[in-house]
Amino acid sequence: MALIELRGVDFSYSEMETPVLKNINLTVEAGEFVSIIGGNGSGKSTLAKLLNVLLVPSAGEVIVDGMNTADEENWLKIRQKVGMVFQNPDNQLVATRVEDDVAFGPENLGIPSPEIRKRVDKALEAVGMEKFKDNPPHNLSGGQKQRVAIAGVIAMEPECIVLDEPTAMLDPQGRKEVMETIHFLNKEKGITIIHITHFMEETVGADRVIVMNQGSIHKSGLPLEIFREIDDLKKLGLDVPLVVELAHELRKKGVEIPAILSINELVDSLCS
Amino acid sequence: MLIELKNVSHIYDDDLKGTEALKDINLRISDQEFIGLVGHTGSGKSTLVQMLNGLIKPSSGSVIIDGVNITGEKTSLLGIRRKIGLVFQYPEHQLFEETVYGDVAFGPRNLGLSEEEVELRVKEALELVGLDYEEFKDRSPFNLSGGQQRKVAIAGVLAMKPEVLILDEPSAGLDPQGRQQLISLLEYLYNNKGMTIILVSHRMEEIARLSNRVIVMSEGEIVFDDSPARVFSEVEKIRELGLDLPEITEILWRLNGKGLRVRTDIFSLAEAVEEISRELRGSSKC
Repeated sequence: MALIELRGVDFSYSEMETPVLKNINLTVEAGEFVSIIGGNGSGKSTLAKLLNVLLVPSAGEVIVDGMNTADEENWLKIRQKVGMVFQNPDNQLVATRVEDDVAFGPENLGIPSPEIRKRVDKALEAVGMEKFKDNPPHNLSGGQKQRVAIAGVIAMEPECIVLDEPTAMLDPQGRKEVMETIHFLNKEKGITIIHITHFMEETVGADRVIVMNQGSIHKSGLPLEIFREIDDLKKLGLDVPLVVELAHELRKKGVEIPAILSINELVDSLCS
Repeated sequence: MLIELKNVSHIYDDDLKGTEALKDINLRISDQEFIGLVGHTGSGKSTLVQMLNGLIKPSSGSVIIDGVNITGEKTSLLGIRRKIGLVFQYPEHQLFEETVYGDVAFGPRNLGLSEEEVELRVKEALELVGLDYEEFKDRSPFNLSGGQQRKVAIAGVLAMKPEVLILDEPSAGLDPQGRQQLISLLEYLYNNKGMTIILVSHRMEEIARLSNRVIVMSEGEIVFDDSPARVFSEVEKIRELGLDLPEITEILWRLNGKGLRVRTDIFSLAEAVEEISRELRGSSKC
């Protein structure tokens, strides 16, 4: 059974306005790593908010692990299953010590203290922040803060984490840390990842890339399939990773290069 | 207009450890420069740019703008801010007026200009950032998309007609199209309006493409101050500082390391394609 299923979902913020999402049909299997790209205003963030019931659809259904988000009785359970990480790390941290911040969620669930202790330690270890557990969050770097925010979500033991542009405010080092962390969580802990981003190069390690445009799913496929259609993506105001575009241009010059997604693959194909 | 920093050091008042956010900075910025300012988080970039328009006064040393030492007691900072516009990170968080017009007009009105002149400036600034005056002037900035809000905020700074424009991570959070529009705007302001531009960015490809001088900061000091080609040839050092290379440079450098003798001082895709295919000489292998 699919972990998340959207069936014919529409969403409008008010009846007066044009819908932000139109007839979305989407299935995410447990264990998948899905990247969502699309221009500003394409509906990506709204879609994300439907997945852990920050919003409910105007029409259609969102089903999480068999539970319909329209049913208020399911909300708490769904929010435990699907955790959310946002763009700005400073808006997500509340406590004065890292480990208190991570414990905040489980405490609210009424989980007994020894269990919380275990969960917090495990969560901080999973994001590589165990050494910082006594530090005040505001002294951490952006990437470290974002990893603490992710640990806070992991401590809820979710099956899926939705990340809405988690690296947008980070420097290259911070971006790398966060991307490595979410790939680790996906591969080693089996957590389903739904990752929204404007950085095309962050999507090449995903199992699937979904392209959103004007409230609809424009395309869905393997990164290689999606980035093959360079002109199509550019029409939507999107990019392809630079190395993909370089390979594309070199092919036009008669250089034979197989389908590639990374600098390593390009260099190996030219100079093996 | 000349901006000069002489032996500038800075320690924030609330920093109990007394860490120097800037250490003995000496810097001259002349007319018609496009400066890329880079460094990892905490390197002192933001402190430096805030010093350039008088928001922060240095703990020691002097900041001289257009011949005036602005660290002196009686300097008019209004005059400085008129000449040097600063676009903060996420400037759209500072929008506050009921209409787009009101927000962009706020600065010029404070200069005591006539309402006709204010209107002219608002029109021109909105056009520069690519927002249609008639369509947007009466709208609430809060009902615009994030990308449009960013444009309104930038227009508010442009309406002051600064001679120097400083932008701190202006493309953060924008989609590829929004980023491209911003890059075109900066190119236009630099080439056609004669503005001096100081761009703070983590995106090295932006820095490499746009600037003619790159300043790299680390731990409060300037570690490089040179042309993009020279700075980005210091591959090992750049990596050590926790910074990225422009992706093109990374690719050319790696190919070079594998024996394909391509130049590594190229920052545009088209030129890189030419260079690589030329070096391959009709073969598909190096």
